[in-house]
Amino acid sequence: MDLMINTLGFIAGSAIDVLPIAIFLFAFQRLVIRGPMPNRNQILLGFGFVVVGLGLFLVGLEQTLFPLGRLMAQQLTHPEFLLNGAVGTGSPLTWQDFYWVYVFAAAIGFSTTLAEPALIAVSMKANLVSAGAIGVWGLRVAVAIGVGIGVSLGCFRIITGLPLHYFIAAGYLVVVMQTIVAPKLIVPLAYDSGGVTTSTVTVPLVTALGLGLAEAVPGRSALLDGFGLVAFASLFPIITVLAYGQLAVIRERVSTSKTDHRDPEQEVDHAL
Amino acid sequence: MKDALYALGKDAVDSLRDLLPIVLVIGVFQVFVVRQPVDDLFSLLSGGLLVVAGLACFIFGLRLALFPVGEGLAYSLAAKGSVFWLLAFAFVLGFGTTVAEPALIAVAAEASKVAAAASVIESTPEAIEGYAFGLRMTVALAVGIALVTGVFRILANWSLPMMIIGGYVLVILLTGLAPPEIVGVAYDSGGVTTSTVTVPLVTALGVGLASSVKGRNVMVDGFGLIAFASLTPILFVLIYGILAEWT
Repeated sequence: MDLMINTLGFIAGSAIDVLPIAIFLFAFQRLVIRGPMPNRNQILLGFGFVVVGLGLFLVGLEQTLFPLGRLMAQQLTHPEFLLNGAVGTGSPLTWQDFYWVYVFAAAIGFSTTLAEPALIAVSMKANLVSAGAIGVWGLRVAVAIGVGIGVSLGCFRIITGLPLHYFIAAGYLVVVMQTIVAPKLIVPLAYDSGGVTTSTVTVPLVTALGLGLAEAVPGRSALLDGFGLVAFASLFPIITVLAYGQLAVIRERVSTSKTDHRDPEQEVDHAL
Repeated sequence: MKDALYALGKDAVDSLRDLLPIVLVIGVFQVFVVRQPVDDLFSLLSGGLLVVAGLACFIFGLRLALFPVGEGLAYSLAAKGSVFWLLAFAFVLGFGTTVAEPALIAVAAEASKVAAAASVIESTPEAIEGYAFGLRMTVALAVGIALVTGVFRILANWSLPMMIIGGYVLVILLTGLAPPEIVGVAYDSGGVTTSTVTVPLVTALGVGLASSVKGRNVMVDGFGLIAFASLTPILFVLIYGILAEWT
């Protein structure tokens, strides 16, 4: 019964969230385009689905994704778990002791990204446009490795408490330098792969993981250290996809130097 | 009818595919690494089903309503060529879609709870909700302005890399001024905004615009909008933090 009332509350809340965009779209259609809305019934039905779906998703989020992220963070940082039951040895924990956290973060980042439907679609399109020069699997693995490294390194930052903006500034510096030397046509694709690949399911889980970590590790505050994992997960795929493009150039250079003397950079650009 | 059911089922499979790796990885860790009993397994599993069902309905509804209307409007406004209405539409699109973004709702709710726990804001439900609402409106405003800037950039043909790099330099400078407790939330809000709702509509706007303005590259200009939409939320949330500290 509680769940029912809770769910209805969330659905009502999401109706309020969706209403403004619905009103604006109808207003633009009437006042600016000055035409009737095509397929009005279908569109109203669609908005109904959006509202109900958003409500259900938010209930599931509160009930599952947030608790799961927190639970994993607590269990993997529990002193008994870290020291294999040898409590009371007195030695303070160092960042190396949290190695299961890094493994878990990398596994979550890598696997969720590899299965992301949006990324699969983008990779197939990139493969088609590049006439096979960008492999479907190559791109997917490159992005997934990036997200895995990002989330894992983000956890390392939370545990050590190093300032977030050092990492971000250094990361974007690397991106800028890579942008200069990478084949030109991989650049938009790489920049795009940053934000798009962190899915609606992954973001809440990763956020909860970071906050749980910051709460569980002694000397860290959730407010100061708990956020930033999503930022890492958006930054590192850019680096790995650019690196994937650079690798393609190098591979091309090695194979063409054996046969003839065409410009490898141009070759890849052409292929892309 | 049959087609619609098929489409809904496909969205459900896609959502399941989003959740499945999480279930697998956590399952493996629970069984082989943590080896502790999990409380409330039933609640966790039923919540997982709600996530899948909710996301499937949400995306199905988006395809039925928001995407065709948004894309149609984006194309006809771009073809119409009125700069004012185009910019107004870009703002409304960015603002409206970001308000309804599930990942942002989630992160804002967490951020406000954390802020209350650290007594940055009062620990009343009103204060918590107010903070989360303020954060979401700030991010939504940022995305709205990002799209206006991005559309204007396509029309004026300014250099995208210079603007983006300049933006990130500004981010680093503002980080020095902002209160430390807002920095993490600000950086995360950049990645959060560009997901389920915003990306398809924004891409439609960029592509529609780039294909109707002469001499613009569809691939480069369509992407430019997304890059702006992940940059400005960082700036705006940092400024929000700086202003909140002063008042």
